[in-house]
Amino acid sequence: MTRGLPTLKKGLLLHTKHHSIMSQKILLTSKEIAIILHRLACQLIEKHLDFSNTILIGIQPRGTFLAERLKTLLESDYQIKDVALGYLDITFFRDDFRRTDKLLEANQTKIDFLVEGKNVIFIDDVLYTGRSIRSALTAIQSFGRPSEIELLVLIDRRFSRHLPIQPDYRGRQVDAINNEKVIVSWQEHENEDAVYLVTN
Amino acid sequence: MKELSVNHLLGIKYINENDINLIFETADHFKEVINRPIKKVPSLRDITIANIFFENSTRTKLSFELAQKRLSADVISFSAAQSSVKKGETLIDTVNNILAMKVDMVVMRHSHPGSAYFLSQNVKASIINAGDGAHEHPTQGLLDSYSIREKLGEVGGKKVVIVGDILHSRVALSNIYALQMQGAEVKVCGPKTLIPKYIESLGVTVEPNLRKALEWCDVANMLRVQNERMDINYFPSTREYAQQYGVDKALLDSLSKEIVIMHPGPINRGVEISSDVADSQQSVILNQVENGVAVRMAVIYLLASKIK
Repeated sequence: MTRGLPTLKKGLLLHTKHHSIMSQKILLTSKEIAIILHRLACQLIEKHLDFSNTILIGIQPRGTFLAERLKTLLESDYQIKDVALGYLDITFFRDDFRRTDKLLEANQTKIDFLVEGKNVIFIDDVLYTGRSIRSALTAIQSFGRPSEIELLVLIDRRFSRHLPIQPDYRGRQVDAINNEKVIVSWQEHENEDAVYLVTN
Repeated sequence: MKELSVNHLLGIKYINENDINLIFETADHFKEVINRPIKKVPSLRDITIANIFFENSTRTKLSFELAQKRLSADVISFSAAQSSVKKGETLIDTVNNILAMKVDMVVMRHSHPGSAYFLSQNVKASIINAGDGAHEHPTQGLLDSYSIREKLGEVGGKKVVIVGDILHSRVALSNIYALQMQGAEVKVCGPKTLIPKYIESLGVTVEPNLRKALEWCDVANMLRVQNERMDINYFPSTREYAQQYGVDKALLDSLSKEIVIMHPGPINRGVEISSDVADSQQSVILNQVENGVAVRMAVIYLLASKIK
């Protein structure tokens, strides 16, 4: 299984290959992330109650960690049974094929159920231009016609949208300019829960 | 940076192991795509592909066309029987006329070895070789390895015997290159008249006895006897060939282990393999066909990503 993960190691972040000095600022600490995850879980329950007709879809590669966290939280802390979770890879639906120098590498899609007539919640870590979500809206149609689709993101980068796409649930809104990068790291993968704002 | 090392797929000989791995990883994703309720992705919306077949083909042509359509490419197909080639037009002229209609990629099958390479040197388009004479058939070589990888977990370290008409077979050559590149051991088995004289210079060994070859191998790739390419009699009769080099269920069951049976198709049932073998659990013949579409999608996707 490939997930195309940018690795983030503490201490290494300030040195890049190109010798440019980056500065980083912490946007969310692990404690803040924990509080936000609980709030997002409660907001989801308020709308979707027992999740009997609702499906969580983590957008590959980085939305899957958040989606897994929310599923675990809903099941363990809020006693919701068997929350359906899938992963959607949008690579083959992107609008920049042959427009970047890099090959668009795919990740695993894992949707073991039909989404026909379901309430689908797309989950991603950062909402930036909105192009990934545009691709995801097309990609999900290969698995049926959902009744409705909502969007949940941990970080909403305001003022940077290329398309008219907005989240229904957001963890934190951030004003970041174009040469700044928002990096979300997860305990499961980078050994800490944190969100950084990195400037080149 | 991950990408193919080539701009054309002319043969396995011209690519490397990293390319094969990248093609297989990409094919894994396309295999998932072609098993979805809606089996189409829009990646190649603005790419036009011409399938030019100067030699008969059913399965390869269908497989390529389906792969292209699943990727949303525009496709034009033609076979030589209906073309101006019959009126004396040269290959370069034929292809350049097609390219003048704004075609980005050409998939070609031709009876002359080296024709795909020749084309890649002379026209401006990405070329995929769909078989050039008795030279190479790279996508078949790839999908055979992919099917072994799927069935046995990996290709490296496996023992593969290619049985039958090696002399006329482009499938054999592409398979030998692909398998060796991935660290598999290859033997060939067949009547001496159908084994090329210098085959051992490729690093394969010849085993004239079918039973010994099958006892040795993990996978047996049974090739079709290509009667249409045989200008002389290479063996006394089809019946004798079937007795010496045909695999039937009794022979398979008498082996000390269970081996995987492959065949690139079309099968001459009762000649190189019997019906009960072709339809048995050990045969992956139809998996090869399914994997063919996924592997070709991967090759086309990866080559198209290099068209700027």
